[in-house]
Amino acid sequence: MNNVWRSALRGIGTPIVASAIAIVIGGIIVSLIGYNPLTVYGSLITGAFGTLFNLSSTLTGAVPLLVIGLGIAIAFRAGLFNIGAEGQYWVGAMASVWVGYHFNQLPSVLHIILALIAGMIAGGLWGGVIPGLTKAYVGAHEVITTMMMSYIGIFLVEYMIEEPNAPMRLKGYIPESPAIANNTHLLPALPITAVKQAQLSVSIYIAIAAAIVAWLLLKKTTFGFQIRSIGFNQRASRYAGMRVPLYTILALGISGVFAGLAGGLQMLGVEYQLNDSFTSQYGYTAIVVALLARNNPFGVILAAIFFSALNTGGQNMQQVSGVPSSLTDVLTGLIIFFVAAERLIPVFIGWVRRRRSQGRAHDAQEGGTLA
Amino acid sequence: MDAFLEVAGLTKAFPGVIANDHVDLTLRQGEVHAILGENGAGKSTLMKLIYGLYQPDSGEIRLEGKPVHFNSPRDAIRAGIGMVHQHFMLIPALTVADNVVLGDEPGGFRYDRKEAIRRVRALSEQYRLTVDPTVKIGSLTVGLQQRVEILKAFYREAKLLILDEPTALLTPQETEELFVVVRHLKDQGIPVLFISHKLDEVRDIADRVTVMRAGKTVGSVQVKGTTSQELANLMVGRDVVLRIDKQPLNAGASVLDVENVSVQGHDKHERVKGVSFSVRAGEIFGIAGIDGNGQFELVDAIAGLAKVVGGTVRFNGQDITRLSPAKRTQSGIAYVPQDRQADGLVLDFDLVENTILRDFRRKPFSSGGWLRASAARVYAESLIKRFDVRPPNASRKAGELSGGNQQKVILAREVGRNPSLLIVAQPTRGLDVGAIEGIHRELLKLRDSGKAIILVSLELDEIMSLSDRIGVIHDGQLLEIVDGPSATREQLGLLMTGIHPEDGMPLAVGTETSSSAPSSPKETGGQS
Repeated sequence: MNNVWRSALRGIGTPIVASAIAIVIGGIIVSLIGYNPLTVYGSLITGAFGTLFNLSSTLTGAVPLLVIGLGIAIAFRAGLFNIGAEGQYWVGAMASVWVGYHFNQLPSVLHIILALIAGMIAGGLWGGVIPGLTKAYVGAHEVITTMMMSYIGIFLVEYMIEEPNAPMRLKGYIPESPAIANNTHLLPALPITAVKQAQLSVSIYIAIAAAIVAWLLLKKTTFGFQIRSIGFNQRASRYAGMRVPLYTILALGISGVFAGLAGGLQMLGVEYQLNDSFTSQYGYTAIVVALLARNNPFGVILAAIFFSALNTGGQNMQQVSGVPSSLTDVLTGLIIFFVAAERLIPVFIGWVRRRRSQGRAHDAQEGGTLA
Repeated sequence: MDAFLEVAGLTKAFPGVIANDHVDLTLRQGEVHAILGENGAGKSTLMKLIYGLYQPDSGEIRLEGKPVHFNSPRDAIRAGIGMVHQHFMLIPALTVADNVVLGDEPGGFRYDRKEAIRRVRALSEQYRLTVDPTVKIGSLTVGLQQRVEILKAFYREAKLLILDEPTALLTPQETEELFVVVRHLKDQGIPVLFISHKLDEVRDIADRVTVMRAGKTVGSVQVKGTTSQELANLMVGRDVVLRIDKQPLNAGASVLDVENVSVQGHDKHERVKGVSFSVRAGEIFGIAGIDGNGQFELVDAIAGLAKVVGGTVRFNGQDITRLSPAKRTQSGIAYVPQDRQADGLVLDFDLVENTILRDFRRKPFSSGGWLRASAARVYAESLIKRFDVRPPNASRKAGELSGGNQQKVILAREVGRNPSLLIVAQPTRGLDVGAIEGIHRELLKLRDSGKAIILVSLELDEIMSLSDRIGVIHDGQLLEIVDGPSATREQLGLLMTGIHPEDGMPLAVGTETSSSAPSSPKETGGQS
């Protein structure tokens, strides 16, 4: 039992220490440029959580990070680095929007499900087919292929609405797609005005359900067992009779499914149409989310909220304290650095210990000569 | 000064374990001193302390009477300590001379390669470590690479040489050549610390031996006048049976029939060339051979992990040549692969996950794609108990176990399935006497219970003491199948190098064996 607790503590310890160090260093930077770090962080926190509206906005922003982060975490567990979730997200969003403004005779729930599934399939194919097949059979590195496919995906969606006669473009001067049917709009998470204003929809529940599904998938199924086994040791997995190429494809595909779902949820819950701004960056921030969560699905929930809070809180921080909201980018960078450099922490501790034991050995030696 | 190196009361603790507990050791000028102990007895820790890789918590190291303190291997090297690690630290793409001088090159800003070659050549003559300084490391055999490591130590003016398990990767012939080198060093007055867990070679090469057990030095004895049995008992702390009595052979029907099988290795080269043999229920079929002659590719192919390019494999009468590895496991073939950490286990998985690694698909460990964790845990705990895995904690990660216990976990998993054919490759590699005895007993028990067993080992003694029949593999071909009990070391040794004892003619001039060729004609000469 003791062991379990200790490993659990170690599991969340490093991310918390990394975030804490980042926050402290951020505070030092803030005070060096002449602000009071307490006011600054105070405004950051109230901006993120202070009112029901702020809290809802934070959660709204957390949904895509959470869902994409889950997919990235699953790929990480299989030892694969899905760096192209941004493109999978947009391809998923595009598919969901397309379904969303077609099939208008369908009843609401069915239409929503169909739209989301379309997004998931699109994202899954985008992540699974080319990166998956090339990784599994010719060894093309997924960091390259998912990244390349990501650009192709983003530009594909852009093409769909950009030119006057683009396939999904709404007639008019603005490059945007038709809006999805009203009955596909996701309901607010709670029937409260502040929640509605913050556009917090039931997608937050779907996202949390997705986290539970991801956890069950990884921990409780033979599928997840094989994913984790392959992630740790491909040779032993092959010896154990697992089909490594197949599960490589599946892991990348499922990673894309989650990113596509995120795109669908964002369209159905917040944006209702494609328009000419492809600067979400959710797919990239979600990599950090998965890293900070150490690929634990429940950790992904917390990490997604944390990063979303930095974003929503940052705007308030700028208004109240005058510190540019880009400080939150500095914080993000510092957190990434310390999470990625987590191995530095034991090295550092080991160095301190060695120093000490050396001191002791010296003392002992001196004691010896005296005696 | 008689003592060259003295270690007094050296203690080193790691979280949860005292790896070295008041260790004492005296190495005299010009002696070969063996450190003998089971795995985990603290031999490696002691060497790392002496070599400056670890710093002791307390105690003292004295070199030629003066207390020394090493913060890093660099300090130790400067003080004249040379160490050859079990796993070599060489760069395959560079030449021998380049590797030897690396980090301490002659010439100033510009590397003087000629001078490097000259110095390495001089050193290799001085210490009789014959090796061409201009060839690439990658083209050398393991035995020659080891010489380069020794040269590296002497290039840095070592006055003391530490050899950490030097024979672990060597063939019998290479071992003999190494011993010639060590004896020569001894004649030159250079003390050698020789780490080993093999009794026979310690008796062969060492003057004195210090035995370690559970982090403590149990005692130092002269090798002359001490029997292997006494050493083994000292090492394990109880009476050990070195040779196990075997029940008479009671072989049943043929379980596995390998017919004219050829196998392609990872590099697309044909590693096994038309091998045929069969294994019957209740017998141990040993495959002897020098490393790299196709024995592991052969068993990989039987387990379904290597590509069969010709011939058929029949298991219980059924053609399984094209069956997937998972199907073969299900049909009753168990396989203990040679590299337990790379292939046999997922080190980051706990013991529960590792015991079901190859059986997670079937009931009761899963149903309908859902894992049944509790059933798996119950099963893992029963295996841990039956095979005496230590520590007996199913939640431990496999990577936290000692080598012997890791091997037990693999064997338990494979045997626990109650297979009709068990393939074991190098089952006792790197294990200590106590653990070897346990594994050997288990294999014989399985044989007596009617299982067919294929044993692949690079240890001739292991093959000879366990096998009912022995197939000797050389350059991918099964040269001969001999009767186990009546086989002799000499006969097998010659066959392993591709020479039939009757005619004394090399059968094939394999590239891999060309390095061991110098020793084999000598042996044939001795025979005739």
